[in-house]
Parts: sequence; C-alpha cells; structure tokens
Amino acid sequence: MSAKIEYRKAEICVLLDGEIDHHAASLLRVSIDDAVLHKRPRLLILDFGAVTFMDSSGVGLVMGRYKLLRTVGGRLRVQNLSPAAYKVMRLAGLDKLGELRQKEVI
Amino acid sequence: MKAENEMRLVFPAKSINESFARTAAAVFAALLDPTVEELSDLKTAVSEAVTNAIVHGYRDTVGDVFLQMAVLPGRRLRIRVRDKGVGIADIAKAREPLFTTGGEERAGLGFAVMESCMDRVRVRSRVGGGTTVTLEKQISGK
Repeated sequence: MSAKIEYRKAEICVLLDGEIDHHAASLLRVSIDDAVLHKRPRLLILDFGAVTFMDSSGVGLVMGRYKLLRTVGGRLRVQNLSPAAYKVMRLAGLDKLGELRQKEVI
Repeated sequence: MKAENEMRLVFPAKSINESFARTAAAVFAALLDPTVEELSDLKTAVSEAVTNAIVHGYRDTVGDVFLQMAVLPGRRLRIRVRDKGVGIADIAKAREPLFTTGGEERAGLGFAVMESCMDRVRVRSRVGGGTTVTLEKQISGK
C-alpha cells in the first residue's frame, strides 16, 4: 500500500494504491490526518482507482476521515471505487455522509 | 466429512500478517481453480476473520492465530480462523452490522462482509477461551 498526497488550492487529493486492510489503514490514517490538520482543506478526495484489495478496514478509514473533515469544516469525496467497494460503502451508509463515486466503466 | 486436502498455518497476531494470511489462503484455494470473484471473496473473508482475531481476540497481547483450510468433497472449501484470545461475550451482538468495540476507526462490518462473501459463517467463542470462526464456500465446478 502506498498513498500519494497531492495538494491543490483548497483541496487535498489522496491517490491510494495497493491493498487496504487494517494494517495499511492504520498507516494511511496517520499520513492523511497529518496533511488534513496542516492544510485544513475544504475538500478531501480519497481516490481508490489503484486499490487492488479492500476489506471493511477501508470503510473504517473513510468513516474516520469523514469525522475528521467535519471537525475542520471540510467535505469528503470518495472516488474511483470498484463496484464491490462501492457496495460495501453504501451498506455502511457512507453515501449519506459524503460523496461516493464509482469507477467509470469505459 | 473427510477432507481431500488440508493446510494449517500458525502466525503471531501482528497486523502485518493480515496480508500474509489472505494471500496464503488464496494460494491454497487456487488449487481448486476458483473464479476471480470467488478468490476475491475468500481473501476478503479471511482478511476480516484474521483482523478480528488480531484486533479483538488479542486486544492487548500478541498470541497465535491459527488458519486451517480444508477441501471437502464436492469442491467445498472450509476455512477456520482460531485464536486463544479474550473471546466474545455476545456473539449475536458482535455479528450485528455496524456494531464494534474496536473504536472509531473500525466500521463494525467484519461479520457482515464475511457473510456476504461466504455461504456459511459459524462462530464459536468462550470468554477467556478464544474464538473460532468457520467459513464455508462452494467453489464452482469447471
């Protein structure tokens, strides 16, 4: 698992890559939260386009970041979700908390 | 039921072994030539069960996690994930979606995801004695 964090004006975009499990999520959380607390973005984008595996820890990661964004007054967008990941996140009600976007099928 | 093939693994309850466990499970399951979706379901279910053992079973210690897999007649795969950790006081409650004792970063979806990935999920647990999660899945015929 790796994550590339891109800073754009009032946004932070995190390009996630590889497998997201409990182990990876606890490492990712630290670097994402560090960036959010320093930049206090209006929008945090979590891009799942290059994620090859995800269990429910991915949902926990999104839920936790949603809560953090609320405390700094920002919004959350989760994009490029695989159909399976999108389903699990909807099951958890995350579509009601932030913006969820599926991977576009070309 | 007599198993046609079996494997057993023991590893310490360290989070870095979550990926090891699901990958090992997938390699064993690959002997049955499953579909990509079946393989992905197995990996996800094993990842959830092993994470539960690490995060909940051995909350304050690093004990051994036991992963056992068996191929039963008719291409039925049985997976057991066992810990000798704290055990679950209320199994029905633990299996409820969104219920967690794992704090803010845990979604409480572990059992719900296991159920959606597998045909059967059984949980046996004793407080102070550990937990065994048994997962079963029919692998499609070729």
